[in-house]
Amino acid sequence: MGTAVKIPFKGTAQQKSELYKVIEENANVRGALMTVLQKAQDIYGYLPIQVQEMIADGLGLPLEDIYGVVTFYAQFSLYPRGRNIVSVCMGTACYVKGAGDLYNDLCERLKIKDGECTPDGKWSLDACRCVGACGLAPLIIINGDPYGRISVSDIAEILKKYD
Amino acid sequence: MLTVENLKKLRDEQRLKMGIRFSLEKNDPAVMMDYKYNVLVCGDTGCLTSGCKAIIDALNESVTKHKLEKDVNILTVGCFGICSLGPIVIVYPGGYFYGECKAEEMERVVTEHLMGDTPVKELLYKETVSGEEIIPFAQTGFYKKQERNALRNCGIIEPDNLNEYIGNDGYMALAKALSEMTRDEVIKTVRDSGLRGRGGGGFPTGLKWEFTRKVQSEQKYVACNADEGDPGAFMDRAIIEGAPHVVVEAMAIAGYAVGADHGYIYIRAEYPVAVKRLERAIKNARERGLLGKNILGTGYNFDIEIRLGAGAFVCGEETALIASIEGKRGEPRPRPPYPAVKGIFGKPTLLNNVETYANIPPIILRGADWFASMGTKKSKGSKVFAIGGKVTNTGLIEVPMGITLREVVEEIGGGVPGGKKFKAAQTGGPSGGCIPDIHYDVPIDYDNLVEIGSMMGSGGLIVMDEDNCMVDMARFFLDFTVDESCGKCAPCRIGTKRLLELLDKLIEGKGEAADLDKIEELCQHINVSSLCALGQTASNPVISMMKYFRDEYVAHAVDHKCPSGVCKDLLTYFIIAEKCIGCTLCARVCPTNAISGKVKEKHIIDPDKCIKCGVCVEKCKPGAIIRK
Repeated sequence: MGTAVKIPFKGTAQQKSELYKVIEENANVRGALMTVLQKAQDIYGYLPIQVQEMIADGLGLPLEDIYGVVTFYAQFSLYPRGRNIVSVCMGTACYVKGAGDLYNDLCERLKIKDGECTPDGKWSLDACRCVGACGLAPLIIINGDPYGRISVSDIAEILKKYD
Repeated sequence: MLTVENLKKLRDEQRLKMGIRFSLEKNDPAVMMDYKYNVLVCGDTGCLTSGCKAIIDALNESVTKHKLEKDVNILTVGCFGICSLGPIVIVYPGGYFYGECKAEEMERVVTEHLMGDTPVKELLYKETVSGEEIIPFAQTGFYKKQERNALRNCGIIEPDNLNEYIGNDGYMALAKALSEMTRDEVIKTVRDSGLRGRGGGGFPTGLKWEFTRKVQSEQKYVACNADEGDPGAFMDRAIIEGAPHVVVEAMAIAGYAVGADHGYIYIRAEYPVAVKRLERAIKNARERGLLGKNILGTGYNFDIEIRLGAGAFVCGEETALIASIEGKRGEPRPRPPYPAVKGIFGKPTLLNNVETYANIPPIILRGADWFASMGTKKSKGSKVFAIGGKVTNTGLIEVPMGITLREVVEEIGGGVPGGKKFKAAQTGGPSGGCIPDIHYDVPIDYDNLVEIGSMMGSGGLIVMDEDNCMVDMARFFLDFTVDESCGKCAPCRIGTKRLLELLDKLIEGKGEAADLDKIEELCQHINVSSLCALGQTASNPVISMMKYFRDEYVAHAVDHKCPSGVCKDLLTYFIIAEKCIGCTLCARVCPTNAISGKVKEKHIIDPDKCIKCGVCVEKCKPGAIIRK
């Protein structure tokens, strides 16, 4: 879980009304907390304590239960993400083919580690779980664009595209 | 709304239209030629990554340009299996196989093959071309020994098209179960088939069904585990992306057999394409009367809801998965009670994995004996493996149980590339173990794998060659488990962490001989005292790699050397003076300016500055840089 930058919460009224709509739709569905959290993260990009409080009130659940679930699952983030999200697939096939070297190189270049965001808010780095494209190992994904069968020497060129 | 009768009629009509995809003959009278050619492009996540969208666009553009819309049907289908050749285009009739396609080549395929009736030989997958002759792709090394049962729809039908699924006998098993079989007959068929859980444990599926059926309760649930967490396995994703209806149909059959009217599919959010296809399949099945109230007019009710995971490996464990479906932290609990007695919301729940479900419709349609005729004495049928790592053909394969690792790696996988030597294969992911070359000829089934210290797991099969270090690999799997341990029980939470630290000592060159005994002892403790399968199997990779590659562990601990040249702290980079041509390339790419030397003079590496990133080795054309 990233800790690098603390940015004050700046939720808008529109985000709030979207969230309340999601809460209302799921208020009577059994065990819907995960679904609500996933949609809330889609709306806000992350799940700061202010958003968790709104969900706690809306679903009538204790805040600590919600915090417990948010911090249990890797996909929920308590912190905002960078504008460009670089994920290095750390599945076995990618690792065997050198994903560890790609990850170390990215850490060096961006000066951040797994789950962190650069101070200028430009980059986030994730060492992610297997994305299931093992035939293309090793693989990195930037904002959803996959780059497969690459090596350390290709990274500078790839990052340039997002400058 | 479909009934049993008009479902059969629809299947016959649809089958006739799709016959072209099962026929090798050009003018087969048994095939309705509504199109002269069917052009199939794989649209699975793997091929999407290698750019199949551009191929589909190029084909469509060319077909429109030459006004061939009435003759050529372009279909986006599921996984063909051989992902290393993606993007892939297959042209029927004949099954001509174009691999590693480029968008600019599609015009030639259209003009020469689809208009001129002459396959473009230079663009075909080279294994299908031998001299003048073109052999069907099904006879190439990769496909010859495969038996595609769970994958039988993948690469044949359009995943989002319900009619196509029906054309390949889709929902016929559900129709048969509901209209011709009692609940007990369905369960007996599954039990007699010998099918065992494909998610890892290998528990007899029929028994699980029987247990859930026998528990008395007003409300029961059927659930599908699609939380494919083993890094390196992607068969469940491919099955759902290639034919989402197969899961819907099998769950409906299971619901009928055990007496449940509601199902949950728990799927990882990392699989967005699969999630979308499942949502669409469920919606379409409801619209056509294959889910919901009074299914196929038989009075049976069943519906399915999707729940998304949020990135927790432990949720593949059944009790953790159930907690997660209920919206809680995905922490496992002790068993018994088993889910068959106390599952989702405290009700009896039947939980099977995607691949297990994918085997159900053919078993119901073709009978228990057909399935039991494949495989070994105690492991029946076929198994899907995701084969990856240091092997030429990477992708998905489905083979009869009992095949040897040698056949899988050498014949289907095409061997280890680059003339390197096979070292071991890891099966069962972070819960499994490695199979070294001395067991290359052991028939693969549930019990044999356990006997040699590995396990079937969900079917990830990663090939390692002489360049992979077995201490580093064990550390990789352990790092995964440490990260994914839910923290509920101490042996797993603390034990795996301490074990990782011991391995780190070896990798950093700070090890000593006594560490090896400590590692072995700690492995045993974690194994016997952890709460759930995650902890109980966490030390398996370490145990098996130490068993078969003890000399490597001794080399790290005692000699502080990494024989495979992987562990950085144990390595030094050198430039062999005789081989260096003084091109300066290495000095230019070195990120820390650790390499010095003038043009056409020998270069040297400053070990104090060198961060051992390996960029120089990669760039050095004469191969003058070595690490040891």
